[in-house]
Amino acid sequence: MIASNLPALQVVIPLLSAPLALMLRRGTHSWVLAQLVCIAALAISINLLQTVLATGPISYEMGGWAPPWGIEYYVDAVNAFVLLIVSGIGTIVMLAARTSVAKEIAGDKQSLFYTAYLLCLTGLLGITITGDAFNIFVFLEISSLSTYILISLGRDRRALTAAFQYLIMGTIGATFILIGVGMLYMSTGTLNILDLAERLQPLSDSRTVQAGFAFVAVGVSLKLALFPLHLWLPNAYAYAPSIASAFLAATATKVAVYVMLRFFFTVFGVDFSFEVMPLGIILAILAILAIFVGSAVAIFQDNVKRLLAYSSVAQIGYMILGISFATVTGLTAAILHLFNHALMKGGLFLALAAVFYRTGGVSVAHFRGLGKTMPWTMFAVVIGGLSLIGVPLTVGFVSKWYLVLGALELGYWWIALLVLAGSLLAVIYVWKLVEAAYFQTAEGDAASVREAPLSLLVPAWILIGANIYFGIDTSLTTGVARTAAASLLGIGG
Amino acid sequence: MSTTLGLYNYWIVIFLMMVGFYVVIAHGNLIKKIVGLNIFQTSVFILYITMGKVADGAAPILDDSVTSYSNPLPHVLILTAIVVGVATTALALALIVRIKEEYGTIEEDEIHSQDESL
Amino acid sequence: MLAATALSVVFMRDLFTIVMLFGIYSLLSAGFFVDMDAVDVALTEAAVGAGVTTMLMLGTLALTSRKEKAHRKPASMLPLAVVTITGLVLIYGTLDMPYLGDPEAPVHQHVAPRYIEQSYDEIGLPNIVTSVLASYRGFDTLGEVVVIFTAGLGVLTLLGLSGDSPHRARPAAMAHHLVLRVITRALIPLILIYALYIQFHGDYGPGGGFQAGVIFGAAIILYTLIFGLTKAERVIAPLFLRYMMGAGVLIFAGTGVLALLLGGNFLDYDYLAHDPLHGQHYGILAVEFGVGVTVTAVIISIFFNFTGRGDQPKEEER
Repeated sequence: MIASNLPALQVVIPLLSAPLALMLRRGTHSWVLAQLVCIAALAISINLLQTVLATGPISYEMGGWAPPWGIEYYVDAVNAFVLLIVSGIGTIVMLAARTSVAKEIAGDKQSLFYTAYLLCLTGLLGITITGDAFNIFVFLEISSLSTYILISLGRDRRALTAAFQYLIMGTIGATFILIGVGMLYMSTGTLNILDLAERLQPLSDSRTVQAGFAFVAVGVSLKLALFPLHLWLPNAYAYAPSIASAFLAATATKVAVYVMLRFFFTVFGVDFSFEVMPLGIILAILAILAIFVGSAVAIFQDNVKRLLAYSSVAQIGYMILGISFATVTGLTAAILHLFNHALMKGGLFLALAAVFYRTGGVSVAHFRGLGKTMPWTMFAVVIGGLSLIGVPLTVGFVSKWYLVLGALELGYWWIALLVLAGSLLAVIYVWKLVEAAYFQTAEGDAASVREAPLSLLVPAWILIGANIYFGIDTSLTTGVARTAAASLLGIGG
Repeated sequence: MSTTLGLYNYWIVIFLMMVGFYVVIAHGNLIKKIVGLNIFQTSVFILYITMGKVADGAAPILDDSVTSYSNPLPHVLILTAIVVGVATTALALALIVRIKEEYGTIEEDEIHSQDESL
Repeated sequence: MLAATALSVVFMRDLFTIVMLFGIYSLLSAGFFVDMDAVDVALTEAAVGAGVTTMLMLGTLALTSRKEKAHRKPASMLPLAVVTITGLVLIYGTLDMPYLGDPEAPVHQHVAPRYIEQSYDEIGLPNIVTSVLASYRGFDTLGEVVVIFTAGLGVLTLLGLSGDSPHRARPAAMAHHLVLRVITRALIPLILIYALYIQFHGDYGPGGGFQAGVIFGAAIILYTLIFGLTKAERVIAPLFLRYMMGAGVLIFAGTGVLALLLGGNFLDYDYLAHDPLHGQHYGILAVEFGVGVTVTAVIISIFFNFTGRGDQPKEEER
């Protein structure tokens, strides 16, 4: 009985626990609850992924109503993988949360923080697992509203304006998606994703469907911070509490990328998206701009959280570039990079949480001499940075390898060159941190900084270690990513 | 029915939507932005409700004397969307109050100039 | 009318006028919804758009400022361009839309007919909107309750818990009006009864947990306006509200889990009783109650938090 209800429980467990976390009122109690819930969600997602890989997609009818009348949960290799990313990162980041949150957030607001964190987890899992276009909108708003709360809990007053700016941009994005879904519903009479896909097939000439496509594309691009719609992201990540930055950077944009994959490939179909609509070329241009502008701006940042946020804009560019190829290799690269980038940014932001915990700031100046005083934390930053650049033996190399391969398959050798050039820019901004940490010495009080506590180091190193593990043993991740890519393109299962 | 007459309603709705959208992105006052956002969203609701209308249909409450009903599904979706909208608005207004307390202003350009001078 | 109201918002500088105009805009659209047969939506839009939203905006104005400052920079052309392009894409999209009211439109062909034709046999309620809302698409509604809960949490995070300042004991502004007090005392029970009616009548006519919650919340807000926050908080403690906010979500999701434990899918009310129709009825009653509880609590909590903020000493504003 439990096994057949796992898709529902994946979302319902965090959903039910959120009000409980609010009622507990003691930060520590809420943390214990949140941690248990995260582990349960992770266990369910692992189980779902195994089932999907073994026996094919799972469909679950909410309320026992058959789709398209009721809401369907639909799990295939693509979203099972994303569920695993979200709940896995959620669990590991939560391990570090207790120490960091106790330092950064006032006592009476800690349980509110965990409640918002659980709601955000609920929203992200709900968006990923659902097979209903309107249900995506509802859970998108759950995750967005809770994200605004998480950001606004940052200490700096700029956290408030960052949250407000994100609220405006996010709501415009969500409303665009709502308009787009409305136009699709108008043309087909259904909201179920698989049903939509079937009924949209003969309608590729409909101008209503084309306009709906445009609105969904712009709305989702806003949510995933595709250049030039990325303006909300740097401030949001920079001024949020450290734990919120780590969780959001590693998961929120990934889920938006998933929604984009789902709409472009499953709902509209690759023929419509890339032949009727000129999606491939637009995405490729924006992606390359994102890579270069994002990396270039990152080089000039003084706040390291902002630096990593701009680097995220660039890394999202790599994912979108993979999508724009619309081939199995390109999509494999994009989906791999979803997973790999979550590992890198999760690990790096947790290391930053450790730096903030000890030094009280995250500007480049705070990094001076940390190579000596916080050797383990800095070593984690270095490995994470190498992975961002895409050095062999890290996960960053694997996804870039597939991306270059995908470009060469299509004969786009110049795109392959641009990808490599983009990596050179990453070398510069990572070097900035290394230089400060290892070749400059701290002055005054900063010289007596101690290594971060284990409760922060261990979670950061789990993620950083995964960067190396999956960089060497690539069979598991590439296998899943390839299956997912093939199913999106409708080739095999 | 001619194109103009049949689509006239939609065009009015689109005009409203764009007025709201313009207020959101062009105006610097935070409260006015939120009002614009609400107009934008309310117009989208009108778009949905409009598509659910069936000529000569009745409200979708079953009654033996009625043969044709308007489509209930858009109504349900918009009920949800209205609630989501007010939730967003409440959160946004709370943020505005805090921003006013911290910065002493709710004009976007003044907030930016304060942050830059830091 | 709608267009004129919306346009005036663009040109007005007095925020108070703008907020009032938005209230009018909202009421006008509620009227339009009735015209389009969407009575449930109209009731909600009137209560939420014209009522709650406008009230919150006014509350914010009281805490901030009334005037929009004049722009020093010349207005950029970019927003106008973005809006024009978006509008043109929308108009392009309408060209293939079915005409207004066309019963042959695809919207009315595929999913909706089943709701209209079979919902009475499957669920047993005359109000189709309630059937779809609470049962067919009950999970969306659960999501909606969670969204409200999140908003309540957000306002609590941002404005509540600001430490117990001694300045909170502001005397109620209107407590000395004897007539007002008497009328309010008489009115509040009536409003509460009306709210209960809306809550449980939603199965047959327009209404339901959400609208009832708003009205219920309004009664408490009226009490607060007349008797002051301190007294109102003595009637309903903020801590109690905090539990109540979560309780609604728990009732709704708990009903779903109960169905799951009884052998059905999540939120499958058929399993709640031996007879599926009874099960549906119990299920819908339970979830509507959950919606009502959370909505009431969140609305009161948001109002308390906004009001409590205003009571704090002004010196905090630099």
